[in-house]
Amino acid sequence: MSHAAAELKMTTAPAPRTRPNTGGRSSDALPAATLVQWLRDMMLIREFENRCAQAYQQAKIGGFCHLYTGQEAAAVGTIAATNPDDPIVTAYRDHGHALARGMDPGACMAEMFGKATGCAKGKGGSMHMFDKPHWLFGGHGIVGAQTALGTGLAFAARYEWEVLKRPLANPGVTGATPAKKKVCLTYLGDGALNQGVLHESMNLAGLWDIPVIYIVENNGYSMGTAIARGTTMAHDLTKKAEAYGMRGEIIDGFDVIDLYDAFKPLVDWCRENQKPAFVDLKTYRYLGHSMSDPQKYRTKDEVEQFKSKDSIDRMAHVLMNERKNKDSTPVLSEQAFTDLQTSIKEQVRHAMEFAENSPVPDASELHTDVYLNPMPNLSPTAEYRHGAKNPLL
Amino acid sequence: MTTIEHTIELPDFSKPLPPREGDRVIQFREALREAMSEEMRRDERIFLMGEEVAQYNGAYKISQGMLDEFGPKRIIDAPISENGFAGLAVGAAMYGLKPIIEFMSWSFSLVAADQILNNVPKMLYMSGGQWGCPVVFRGNDGAGGQLGSTHSWCVEGLYSNVPGMKIAIPSNPYDAKGLLKTAIRELDPVFFLESERMLGDKGHVPPEEYYIPFGQARLAREGGDCTLVSFGRPVHFCMEAAETLAQSGIECDVLDMRTIRPLDIDAVIESVKKTGRVVVVDQCWPFASVASEVCTQVMERAFDWLDHPPVRVNTEDVPTPYAKNLEAAYLPNAGRIAAAVRNAVGAK
Repeated sequence: MSHAAAELKMTTAPAPRTRPNTGGRSSDALPAATLVQWLRDMMLIREFENRCAQAYQQAKIGGFCHLYTGQEAAAVGTIAATNPDDPIVTAYRDHGHALARGMDPGACMAEMFGKATGCAKGKGGSMHMFDKPHWLFGGHGIVGAQTALGTGLAFAARYEWEVLKRPLANPGVTGATPAKKKVCLTYLGDGALNQGVLHESMNLAGLWDIPVIYIVENNGYSMGTAIARGTTMAHDLTKKAEAYGMRGEIIDGFDVIDLYDAFKPLVDWCRENQKPAFVDLKTYRYLGHSMSDPQKYRTKDEVEQFKSKDSIDRMAHVLMNERKNKDSTPVLSEQAFTDLQTSIKEQVRHAMEFAENSPVPDASELHTDVYLNPMPNLSPTAEYRHGAKNPLL
Repeated sequence: MTTIEHTIELPDFSKPLPPREGDRVIQFREALREAMSEEMRRDERIFLMGEEVAQYNGAYKISQGMLDEFGPKRIIDAPISENGFAGLAVGAAMYGLKPIIEFMSWSFSLVAADQILNNVPKMLYMSGGQWGCPVVFRGNDGAGGQLGSTHSWCVEGLYSNVPGMKIAIPSNPYDAKGLLKTAIRELDPVFFLESERMLGDKGHVPPEEYYIPFGQARLAREGGDCTLVSFGRPVHFCMEAAETLAQSGIECDVLDMRTIRPLDIDAVIESVKKTGRVVVVDQCWPFASVASEVCTQVMERAFDWLDHPPVRVNTEDVPTPYAKNLEAAYLPNAGRIAAAVRNAVGAK
């Protein structure tokens, strides 16, 4: 290994399991169907991203496209620990979060195809997956910018409960259900650790007991820069949390059940106590930073090493071998697994077809969604209008 | 299918505005405070956040007494983290609250540029119409008084370049209250630009509730020889210049634009068609300024009515100096404005 390669070598090997299986785990209480759903969600993301890569190579998707392949357990395991009325916000590697939260894969793919049926009517693209009915506040393109938003979402959730004492419009709250204590999951990559806005946000959250959880999806690289080349205390990021007076945890993001078991108690604690937290979630992306990344900063061996502990393989193995029904048969049979694969391929194929066959935005949509309250003379050259209703609403 | 409508109600603009003249004379800062307090009493979703707004009673005493009335959950002292709390406001607004963010100075908004220029005005578009971002950002804009280069920013030139937000810039207490109340009721983000130099200005503010619609300039003075267009503090310099010019028989229309986006260009054109001359006074630098924009639009829409090329009077195109005499020379002033008008009407 050359000196340069040695320097670039990933310094954060996956952490060992942080929660030994000593019984009493949150996941023990979950029905098998839920665990199978997690597997399904992860497989859906994997298949979806594979088809994105193809579509990108065929120039059907433009701009930047950051794929989630390898990190599936992170979104699925953390979102599983939330309620539907908990707000969520993420960065630009956002397809996984959107799908895990329940966005229609067709709307997600159509967005990338720049179609009117996309979740942002074709105006956002890959980095801007917004889904109001699923209380997903984007998809944000500027590294770290969403951390302040997440802090504000959690601030508002707490304000709702403490000051208003009545629920604001929230798709996760049905009817007149009173406002509940909420937490906001705010995802960021390890590259965002070095953005000032994260530190301002964490300071505010620590200062004011804002119930936000900053989840660092630590895949080891901010684009091509290994984490230790970009941030201090890379070996123990929880020290950063400590500085802002908040709880910090290191969680292994490769086994979705372990992840959930470590994360769920933290979410519950933040919710109950209305406090912030910080999670160094160890994960790994198999593909490049974006579609145009030659990946010279890491070795193929390293990628293979992580693929050998693939979270989907692991979960499939657990459900087909370790988790048993009462009659001692595995909760997922070979046949059921094959059926799952088939149904996911079919679902993503449908999403591709939907995206492909959807119309591009009407030319008039150029001037819509700029103002909610358009009025004359807002622009010397444009007349802003109300646009077509968002397909998700 | 879930439908979530925006629940902020636009005010009723059909009521005629109360008279501008009267004897309920209060300071500009009090007018701002009344606007915020009235709206906060009406709607609990509104909170005020900024540096020193609560316990200190406001760095410029705009929020004096508001902590006592509304309590620390709604009048919130923020640490010096403009990017952090501006971004917090974005999230809070998307969630359904109505934040008012006070920048002690708009000069400090530059460290929050990513939030206020990338997120605030683009959220509605990026989300395909799912989420607007109805935050009011307000604070002191423009040269204060020997504050030097970094603290004397006029941000309207920079920020009005960006579509997606509305920009209001009042010149007097009456407008300050009526425009701020409208800003707070807006569905869209509003940048509200005040001036440290005017916070002590006094004027009649009617006791009854009123909302001034955006996009309607005020004709502050009438005259047929030249149109003076301005907004914010330089409106006063224009009035001073118009007074002086009147002594030599030159009469000016003085238009106080009140909002920049929307820009009531119709009022400008109407006046220019009468006077044939326009001088735009703007406390920003000249290059790509609001003044440049007004001049361009006048030429696009009223070229044939012009008897003289449109004229800009901006600050000098240099960083803001500290020395009192240099700062005075740097800013637009009545003397420079009057000279520009004399030149335009051909009266040297």
